Amino acid sequence: MSQEGLLRPGIAQIRVLDMDEAITHYVERIGLDMVGKGEDGRVYLKGYDEFHHHSVVLREADTAGIDFFAFKADSQQSVDAFRKRIEAYGLEVDDVPAGEQPGTGARIGFTVPSGHRIELFAHMDLSDQAPDTRNPYIWKSEPRGMRAQRMDHCLLYGPNIDKVEEFFTQVLDFHLPERVDLPDGTLAIWMTVSNKAHDIAFVNHPEPGKLHHLAFFLENWNDIGHAADLMSRYDISRDVGPTRHGITRGQTIYFFDPSGNRNEVFAGGYTAYKDHPVRVWDHNNVGRGIFYYERQLNDAFLSVVT
Amino acid sequence: MADGTMTRSFTIRFKGADRPVTCDESQKVLIAMEQAFPDSRLQPVRVGCRQGGCGACRVKVTKGDYTTAKMSRAHVTEAEQAQGYALACRIYPQSDMEIESAFLGPRRAPKGQN
Ligand code: FES
Ligand SMILES: [Fe+2]
Repeated sequence: MSQEGLLRPGIAQIRVLDMDEAITHYVERIGLDMVGKGEDGRVYLKGYDEFHHHSVVLREADTAGIDFFAFKADSQQSVDAFRKRIEAYGLEVDDVPAGEQPGTGARIGFTVPSGHRIELFAHMDLSDQAPDTRNPYIWKSEPRGMRAQRMDHCLLYGPNIDKVEEFFTQVLDFHLPERVDLPDGTLAIWMTVSNKAHDIAFVNHPEPGKLHHLAFFLENWNDIGHAADLMSRYDISRDVGPTRHGITRGQTIYFFDPSGNRNEVFAGGYTAYKDHPVRVWDHNNVGRGIFYYERQLNDAFLSVVT
Repeated sequence: MADGTMTRSFTIRFKGADRPVTCDESQKVLIAMEQAFPDSRLQPVRVGCRQGGCGACRVKVTKGDYTTAKMSRAHVTEAEQAQGYALACRIYPQSDMEIESAFLGPRRAPKGQN
């Protein structure tokens, strides 16, 4: 069966402490295109290879972190059907009217048991900076900075991870390619609504609603190296990498934006089909799962979040 | 300052560290600490984002003057700032200083958002 229902990650709205510094980071360094600025000061961004109006929203605030992560559905009927299933599961659903973000239709929102706000929407205008579709070049004009093609996924930290897994797989029709199970319970889950290795992931953590990282997709390992070159040139705070994840097999660097939100540049990753078995990691091997070359977790992976 | 072209540098004493750290007035205290203690196991203050967002480097300044850049209010409220709490990655010394770690761990409920 072809993909229906939810299609992909659509919007991440991120809090930043200083908008000018954030724009320099996300536009000049990561290479997202600036789409526009709203009257309330929010800034809208997209990757050069994304077709729709925007995928990243920056909001200036006095704390860092994530406001919400939204998935795009194939139709309004799908959103309406998910609403019924979400309410039947027992979560409260609220409405965000069309136009609350430019070019974006009505959205529904709800808070999952980890304390994160998730939204669903069906409509977003195509961007006038969208990639060509007739006899296309690989890009319209040469990509900037780290050459991020798209916003790819996020990793969120919060409690009740078993409930989160149940909700995403049973109510939102995600599947789960990979997990880490410790002797005292599940540490982490990687879930996808497409056949990317992950569209969203969660790590069990006492404090609700936390952001571990927001990831951007690069074309290949060479571009990961180029991103690392830029991090040294512009004194960007680097966490780990360049390295590889055993989990998802993605090639990666973790680094921080000027407000302390962790970002990732990510290339590769396997293809995940719904009928594939789940890959499971245990406590003796989780270090290699997270950082395949170092083969151990660093202290910051489990404790540094916004 | 008599000579505007001179960079002043100061001595920072961290509680639990075996030696003091030298930090220029134009340098963030946490970065000076990292340079002086490259081995993270010996660092007297935790290092996270280095950008004022995560709270890993939360400290209490017990002595000395400093200037402060923007910090996440989830980790240092205005009242706490007035009592000498700060994020070491967001402060620049204006005198010799004494500092101790005040890391809170993942405990605080997030503030209302949206
Ligand atoms: S290291 Fe994250 S706030 Fe200082
Ligand atoms: Fe990631």
